[in-house]
Amino acid sequence: MPITYYIVLSIVLFCIGVVGVLTRRNAIIIFMCIELMLNAVNLLLVAFSKMHNGNAIATNPNSTVGIDGQLFVFFIMVVAAAEVCVGLSIIVMMYRNTHSVDVNFLNRLKN
Amino acid sequence: MSTTEILFWFLSALALVGATMVLISKNPVHSILWLIIVFFAISGHYILLNAQFLAIVNLIVYAGAIMVLFLFVVMLMNLNSDSEPQKNNRFKIAGAISGGCLMLIMIDVVRDAGEVQHAKALVKEGNIGLIKNLGMVLFRDYVIPFEISSVLFLAAMVGAVVIGKRD
Repeated sequence: MPITYYIVLSIVLFCIGVVGVLTRRNAIIIFMCIELMLNAVNLLLVAFSKMHNGNAIATNPNSTVGIDGQLFVFFIMVVAAAEVCVGLSIIVMMYRNTHSVDVNFLNRLKN
Repeated sequence: MSTTEILFWFLSALALVGATMVLISKNPVHSILWLIIVFFAISGHYILLNAQFLAIVNLIVYAGAIMVLFLFVVMLMNLNSDSEPQKNNRFKIAGAISGGCLMLIMIDVVRDAGEVQHAKALVKEGNIGLIKNLGMVLFRDYVIPFEISSVLFLAAMVGAVVIGKRD
């Protein structure tokens, strides 16, 4: 598949995530949109990894060029899992104190 | 159209519809279920690109673990469409316009970029996505980041327990 298709798909997914972060007020949905953005980037990293690998195995069939991209996706997933774990506990804590997941409640931090 | 192309377009459409529905669902539980569909579609893309290890890890970690955690939290708080905070329309339109501008700018940059115009991603072939090759590189070249990520997990675990503890 042409790499531009994957780039455009990732851009659209990423921007849907951005719009979600900007327009929703529920903290959990905002968090899910961040996951969506991470996944768009993951998809693009895998596509680029396959692009470089496809160029390299034309000359050497056993080449592992581009494998780093897939490992970075793996590490992004690791960091995302840790982030979700801490973030959700913060949201639970916030709900326990304010009985709401509305992020606009938190503008009390301003004063 | 070959089978690969049909699968590509089907999975892309599924991902985009799912992502849009995550945004416009009023009920947080529905948003989570749509996001799981998006993750399944992205896993399908990984299988199409022959990145089988990442496809399975994506399913297990994201669709399996993270989304179940989200579902648990939402159900614990008993959120539904009635308790959903509403933003006024002005902010929604402003957010959609700014996100759309970002999308247009990035797509325009890609359209003008010469290097990617004729490049192709290898589908259905190649063996770098297999667990054997990934494991070799992971445990040879990336041992230190791998170990550090285990420390990160430990820190996240301790952090979640400390934050979630009732004081």
